[in-house]
Amino acid sequence: MNQDKAGRRVLSDLSVSLPKGGFSTLIGPSGAGKTSLLRLLNRLDDPASGTVCFMGRPIADAPVRALRREVGFVFQTPSMFPGTVAQNLLIVPTLGGQAAADPPSVGEALRQVELDTDFEHRIAAELSGGEKQRVALARALMTRPRILLLDEPTAALDPEVAEQLMLTLRRLREDSGLTIVMVTHRLSEARLASTYAVMLEAGRLVEAGPADRFFSTPATARTREFITAGRQGSEPA
Amino acid sequence: MTTPTIEIGWARLALASALIMVAIALSAWQRLGLAKSLAIGAIRALVQLTLIGYVLVWLFNTNRWYLVLGVLLLMVLTATLAATARSPGGRPARRRLRPICFVSILLGSSLTIAYVGAVVIDVTPWYNPRYLIPLFGMIVGNAMNGAALAAGRLQSEMASGRAQIEAYLALGASPQQASAEPARRATIAAMIPTINSLAVVGVVSLPGMMTGQILAGSAPTLAVRYQIVVVFMLAAATALTATGIVQWYRRSFFTSAAQLLPPIQL
Ligand SMILES: Nc1ncnc2c1ncn2[C@@H]1O[C@H](COP(=O)(O)OP(=O)(O)OP(=O)(O)O)[C@@H](O)[C@H]1O
Ligand SMILES: [Mg+2]
Repeated sequence: MNQDKAGRRVLSDLSVSLPKGGFSTLIGPSGAGKTSLLRLLNRLDDPASGTVCFMGRPIADAPVRALRREVGFVFQTPSMFPGTVAQNLLIVPTLGGQAAADPPSVGEALRQVELDTDFEHRIAAELSGGEKQRVALARALMTRPRILLLDEPTAALDPEVAEQLMLTLRRLREDSGLTIVMVTHRLSEARLASTYAVMLEAGRLVEAGPADRFFSTPATARTREFITAGRQGSEPA
Repeated sequence: MTTPTIEIGWARLALASALIMVAIALSAWQRLGLAKSLAIGAIRALVQLTLIGYVLVWLFNTNRWYLVLGVLLLMVLTATLAATARSPGGRPARRRLRPICFVSILLGSSLTIAYVGAVVIDVTPWYNPRYLIPLFGMIVGNAMNGAALAAGRLQSEMASGRAQIEAYLALGASPQQASAEPARRATIAAMIPTINSLAVVGVVSLPGMMTGQILAGSAPTLAVRYQIVVVFMLAAATALTATGIVQWYRRSFFTSAAQLLPPIQL
């Protein structure tokens, strides 16, 4: 695939496949095109050329709104809707044309993201960053997606809260068979959580492979360099 | 019970120009740099109004329906250009907005004038320019302001609300659902001046039309009833135009695949 933004090529000749049921992480320096790639996967953007396939079928052939309910997206900065946490969650089934089939209850969604059910009545806009991120996650789960895309969900969180969120994500994948694709700039996080890793730089694929091999014996010098730099503390503790 | 109107001849008009001289002199004395703009503005007003006076005389005398409609259309066209000239957003946004604005002002104003002319005032013949031109002028003027406010506000709400809109889209929302809040705010913003003016009319402000009618010798009670028709009519025209613009313009911010256009195209 190729992708352009404001007349500049931001992804070039990119070809990559992500494993079903896996926990894939996208890493790479700032401006590498990680967000741009993630946004292609549920058609928040369309590529300038090339196709994105989901289980062998081009996603452009499916109705876009149904696709987005299968492929959830959690943004780097959670954006809360007006009202309470419960209202933030309960609006989701109403967005799906005819009421979407069998959405989880508010309690169930909150439990899945390990938020206390008391949160239901809190005003969403007044929550802390980490709490908002969990509500955004719970909201994405309200469509019962099969794939969850996350764009640096922990970027604005302190390390401890970030780690808890990662544990939640891992458990979600193991319990409900969710496929996860996550952009992160915390290499430690990528190493711990992922089963598959993809490195991008300047819009090009550097390397992709199973996580254990990717992080222990990277195939390219550039990946090795990036990982080593990360380990030496240029990333947040 | 009409009292004779006091004629304003060219001599009296010359005396009136002393008033604009006061404004020019004050501006020059304080070095506001406005003297030249004021002078040019005064001359423009003089020329435009004098010309329009002759155009009206000609329209009233020829009394042809197609000429009247032509003038009305010209008014809508001018209002569209004025309403979109200073719209925020770049050139792509303005290009999308112009036709939408034109049709919205045209529809909002035409529906309103049709009801007022055919039902409320019962103008005969239906194209009687003595009624249609001034009434439509007021309608289009207000529709234009409503259109500019609605479009400007929608534009900025769509740009600043990007994160929220995409959060809705990512959950499978339609563009319609995702832009509900910006659309609501834009429509409210366009209606507020009208609501304010309804509240103060006759108390803080004596509308120009009513004042003019009284000066020209009408009974105040008649002038007041005309003015009531006018404020109701302006409220309808603004609401129709603003709704048209918002409902139509907001669609243009999305692709057919329910994607919000990239920032540079907003
Ligand atoms: N709307 C846009 N208009 C113009 N250029 C853009 C736009 N969005 C992204 N870009 C450019 O595209 C390139 C890739 O951006 P992208 O956001 O995908 O990077 P990223 O890998 O997610 O970076 P980060 O780690 O900083 O989030 C960057 O050079 C960026 O400047
Ligand atoms: Mg990014």
